[in-house]
Amino acid sequence: MEQMKMDELKSEVLEILQQDCRYPLEKLSVMTGKPLETVAQAIDEMEEDGVILRYRPIVNWDKLHVNRVEAMIEVRVTPQRDMGFDAIAGRIYRFDEVKSVFLMSGSYDLLVLVEASTLKELALFVSEKLSTLDTVTGTATSFVLKRYKQDGVIFEGGQSDGRLVVSP
Amino acid sequence: MSERFISPVVKAVPPSGIRRFFDIAGTMKGAISLGVGEPDFVTPYHIRSAAIDSLLDGQTQYTANRGLLSLRKEIAGYQSIRFQTDYDPEKEIMVTVGASEGIDLALRMCVRPGDEVLVPDPGYVSYAPCVTLAGGVAVPLRTDMGHGFRLDADMLEKAITDKTRALIFPYPNNPTGVVMRRADLEKIIPVIMRHDLLVISDEIYGELTYEGARHVSIASFPGMKERTVLLNGFSKAFAMTGWRLGYACGPAPLIEQMNKIHQYAIMCAPRQSQVAAEEALRKGRENDYQDIETMRRSYDRRRRLMVDAFTQMGLDCAVPSGAFYCFPSVRSTGLDSETFCTRLLREHKVVCVPGTAFGDSGEGFIRCCYATSVEQMTEAFSRIRAFLDTL
Repeated sequence: MEQMKMDELKSEVLEILQQDCRYPLEKLSVMTGKPLETVAQAIDEMEEDGVILRYRPIVNWDKLHVNRVEAMIEVRVTPQRDMGFDAIAGRIYRFDEVKSVFLMSGSYDLLVLVEASTLKELALFVSEKLSTLDTVTGTATSFVLKRYKQDGVIFEGGQSDGRLVVSP
Repeated sequence: MSERFISPVVKAVPPSGIRRFFDIAGTMKGAISLGVGEPDFVTPYHIRSAAIDSLLDGQTQYTANRGLLSLRKEIAGYQSIRFQTDYDPEKEIMVTVGASEGIDLALRMCVRPGDEVLVPDPGYVSYAPCVTLAGGVAVPLRTDMGHGFRLDADMLEKAITDKTRALIFPYPNNPTGVVMRRADLEKIIPVIMRHDLLVISDEIYGELTYEGARHVSIASFPGMKERTVLLNGFSKAFAMTGWRLGYACGPAPLIEQMNKIHQYAIMCAPRQSQVAAEEALRKGRENDYQDIETMRRSYDRRRRLMVDAFTQMGLDCAVPSGAFYCFPSVRSTGLDSETFCTRLLREHKVVCVPGTAFGDSGEGFIRCCYATSVEQMTEAFSRIRAFLDTL
C-alpha cells in the first residue's frame, strides 16, 4: 500500500479508535473497507512508531467515590543552557504524582497536572518536591473542582437522542 | 359528526405507512430504532450558536418572502461550488420551510387538474400525496432490485402519456440509497426533453454519497435548467432537520409563481433558521465543508458495517451509494415487509420501516437507517439474527 493511502487509513483508524478502542479488527476492517491484514499492519506500525502509546479508558472517578485530588500547577522555571526546558521538564515528569507536563507559551513555562489522594499530600508534593527544584522560580497551584469534559467526552448531561423513533 | 366538513380529496389520501410502527414502538421499552430518517448528529455548535446570537441581537422580524438575500447569495455560491449549478440569488432561488415545502410548491405551481406526475417507486412518502392534493395523478415508476432500483430511459418512456406533466427525480434516493450517475442521466435526459417534462429534482441527500459516487445534479446538464425545479435543504447535510429549512432553485418565472403560493401560505421561513443556515454555508465555504465531510465519513463507516451485517445474515442487500439507508430484501424469509417489520418489532424490539411505506415496489424490502450508533446497530443486528433464526 502506498504511503499516502496508508496515512489516510491510519488517520481513519485513529478516528474510529478514539471513539472506542475496543472494536475488534474485523469491525475496523469492515468500517474502513480495507482488508484485515492492512488494518492490522496500520495499527502495528502506529504502535511501533509511538503514534499510539496506550489504550486507556476515560474514567469519571467521582462516581467511584475514591479519594482523589487533582491540581494544575503553573510552573515558572529558568531554562538551562543548551538544554532549554527539556531537562527541567524531565526532572518534573518523572515524579509518579505528575500525570501530564506541557511546555506552554504565555506567562508561565510548564503546566503540570498532578494527582494525589489527599489535599495535604498534594500540597506537600508542591512545597517539598516541586518548588525545591533548582531551576523552579515560582508555582501557582489550582485545584480541579469538577470535570465537565475530557478528551472530547462530556461527563454528565451529554446529548440524548431526541429523534422520533420512526420518521420518513 | 364534523366529518362532513372534510374534503373527499383530503380524506382519500392514505395516512403514512409508518404511523402504525410509530405507535407500537412508542409504547415499548428498550426498542432499538433503525427506523429514523434523520442524522444522529446534532447541528454543529457554531451553527446553533449563530441562531442564538441572532435572537439575543433581536433579529425576530419577518424576512423577505424568498428569504434573506444574504442567505440566497450563500446558497447560489454553495450550489455552484458543490453541484456546478448556476442560479441568480435575486430571481432564481427561494428559501422554503424544508425541502418538503418545496415539493408541495413545485407541484402546486405546475400541476393542472388531471395532469400526471411520474413518481419513482419506491420513493419518499410525500410525493404521491402532494401530487393528489395538487389535483394531479401520481403515476408510479416502478423500479426493482434487478435494475439496482435505477430509473432508465425505457421505463420512463413507457410511463409517459400525453397527460404527463412532470417527473419527480429523487436522487440520491430515500429509501433505496441509489445514486444516479452521469451516464444514467445522459440516457434519460433526451426522453425528458422529447416529451417536454418538468423535472422536480429532490436533491436533499446530494451531499451524502459514498465510494466516489459524487452526486450529479440533473439541473447542471445543458438545456435542463430551464425545465428543472431543484430542491435542496439543510436537514441531511448539516444535521438540521428540526430547523425546517430548505430552498428551491429554478427558472425565474417558475420560482416567482412558487413564491406566490409560499407568500400566501407561509410568508417566510423562520428567520433564526435562515440565520443558522447562512452560518452553515459561510463556514462551509471557509473550511471546505468540514462539518459535512466529518459526518459523511462517519455514515460511510456505518454503511459498510450494515451492508456487511445484512449480507452475512443472508439478506440480499444492494450496496447503497447515497443517503443513509440500507434497503435489504427480506423475500428469502417468506414474509412480506409489513409482517416482517411488525414481528421484528413485537418479538425482538427492533424498528425497521417496511418497504411498502415507500410504494408498492418496496414490497419484500425493509428500510434500515445507519445514522445509528455502532453499539445500537450491533445490538440490532444480533436481534435481527435471532429473529431470522426463529423463522
